[in-house]
Amino acid sequence: MLENVRLSFQGIWSHKMRSFLTMLGIIIGIASIISIVSTIQGTNDQIRQNLIGAGNNAVEINLSQGQTNYEISEWNPVPDGIPVITESIRQELLNVDGVEDASLYNVRTYAEGIYYQNSTLQGAQVYGIDQHYFNTCGYIVRTGREFLDEDYEQYRKVVILDQTAASSLFQEENPLGKTIEIDSQPYVVVGVAQQKAGFEPVINSEEDYDTYIGDEDSGIVYMPSASWCIAYMYDEPQNVVIKAQTTDDMASAGSKCADILNGYITGDSDVRYRARDVLETLEQLQSSSEAMNNQLIWIASISLLVGGIGVMNIMLVSVTERISEIGLKKAIGAKKRSILGQFLTEAVVLTSMGGIIGVVAGIVLAQTVSRMSGTPVGINVTAIIISVVFSMLIGIIFGLLPSVKAANLNPIDALRHE
Amino acid sequence: MLLELDHIYKDYLQGSMTVPALKDVTLHVEEGEYLAIMGPSGSGKSTLMNIIGCLDKPTKGSFKLDGRDMLKVKDSHMADVRLHSLGFVFQNFQLLPKESAIDNVALPLIYAGVPKRERMKRAAAALERVGLAERLHFQPNQLSGGQKQRVAIARAMVNNPKILLADEPTGALDSKSSKAILELFGQLNAEGVTVIMITHDSNVAKSARRIVDIFDGEISERSRQEVSQ
Repeated sequence: MLENVRLSFQGIWSHKMRSFLTMLGIIIGIASIISIVSTIQGTNDQIRQNLIGAGNNAVEINLSQGQTNYEISEWNPVPDGIPVITESIRQELLNVDGVEDASLYNVRTYAEGIYYQNSTLQGAQVYGIDQHYFNTCGYIVRTGREFLDEDYEQYRKVVILDQTAASSLFQEENPLGKTIEIDSQPYVVVGVAQQKAGFEPVINSEEDYDTYIGDEDSGIVYMPSASWCIAYMYDEPQNVVIKAQTTDDMASAGSKCADILNGYITGDSDVRYRARDVLETLEQLQSSSEAMNNQLIWIASISLLVGGIGVMNIMLVSVTERISEIGLKKAIGAKKRSILGQFLTEAVVLTSMGGIIGVVAGIVLAQTVSRMSGTPVGINVTAIIISVVFSMLIGIIFGLLPSVKAANLNPIDALRHE
Repeated sequence: MLLELDHIYKDYLQGSMTVPALKDVTLHVEEGEYLAIMGPSGSGKSTLMNIIGCLDKPTKGSFKLDGRDMLKVKDSHMADVRLHSLGFVFQNFQLLPKESAIDNVALPLIYAGVPKRERMKRAAAALERVGLAERLHFQPNQLSGGQKQRVAIARAMVNNPKILLADEPTGALDSKSSKAILELFGQLNAEGVTVIMITHDSNVAKSARRIVDIFDGEISERSRQEVSQ
């Protein structure tokens, strides 16, 4: 066997040009597949990174009507039978497997009437949050302070802004201690919140922007949940956000919590709590990007087929060239399977070399394209192993016919051949 | 009896015609003999050689090698017989051009499954036996015709077969080299190897101790006296 491999390398080396040209088909095929797969992998990694974010594993559990969020507002009243979530229900959520923290909040999107002196904040969101919110969602208040117990107990009119809201209302000015107006009520800014891990989704297109940022970018104003009814008059059932212990826990913990919350709903309202399953979204986005690239893989496979035919062709030539060598070997006692083995090994060595060169070329190609066009690249080890194994298979499949032909040669005719 | 060929017939198909190559050939060879089969081209001597060499099977008749009925041996076992019982020497040497002398000689040992170290040892010993101890690592194109044929003989002998089959072994050699090769055959025969040589050249055939003539697929034997004349 080892002897066969040595002989194969010798044979390949003695026909360098021919062997290289034969390998080229395999090289091109494998290189295209590897570069496509690397691009798919890179895109998937990026989608995952963008969706899961810096890894704080937060799962939103929102009131939903069908597939869309039910946002309570002046026009969307509180549905019947949905209670305000109490602290004891929150504790129940904390007991669910995989839940690390849970927070309750109210929200108004496209809130109007937020002013600071002459500037207004258009399309901002106002959150009424409990003291667990920032930890659960992976935010940190670096400038100013977080909400204190007293803020809740004394219904203080204080707010924390996110960085977008802070910069659009105050520009260069320091917002701390300044008073802003929300629905004609004055609120004092006590802090500016930002994400703990400085994570920015990578945005390559307008679609990416809609998917990962959407309308969350107009600024957020946080106030203590105790003060919510000052601004918005009523107690409302909250939305929930939980922090899962690991990314893999997100889906199951989210749906369990949603079930618990739905257990408290009475009556026949069609508004229900629904966990926003990030992993599900992830799979949807990934599968749409894969569907397109899988077609490319099929096209690249044609080049592998052509490469395989090239290998078969050159192996047939090789058998004809070495007909007297085959005759001699059979005369001195080589069995059919030794001859078969020798030629199959040669074909497999040829295509495997092509496969390995192709993998390297594919990685280089993917990196180059990535550098020029900015598409992400991820090296997929499984794909590399499969490619090399597959190129060996091509060697076996397309080397079989010539090898069988060699093994079945009649030694008398083969010896006489000159 | 080492070789027993009885009433061997061999027919070839040429188109729709059956051409007889051997007709009722009976030949017995004892162990340790030195035999020449002599005949012009087309006489059927190569066919006879192929049958003795287990490369071909007769159409009719009986062929026993070392008491074993070769007509009942499966094709897949014929390779084993060739590997262990027979050594071949060809007119045009049939060396692998890209392998050194020692690698050429070691080739049958690969098929016999001998480990590499042992292969090299035995191949070197075989080359020594034919007087090429100094040229183990020469490529065939660095060797003279006579030397190439010695390498081929070493290869044929490396598995210690009982029979050495030589097909026109001096056909491509000058007279001096031919003489040396024939001496080598004599020497191997003296060591107990059965040598069967095929030739059209009566001068070459004379070096054998027994000569069988073949003509039109039929054989006739000369007596010792006729040979020595």
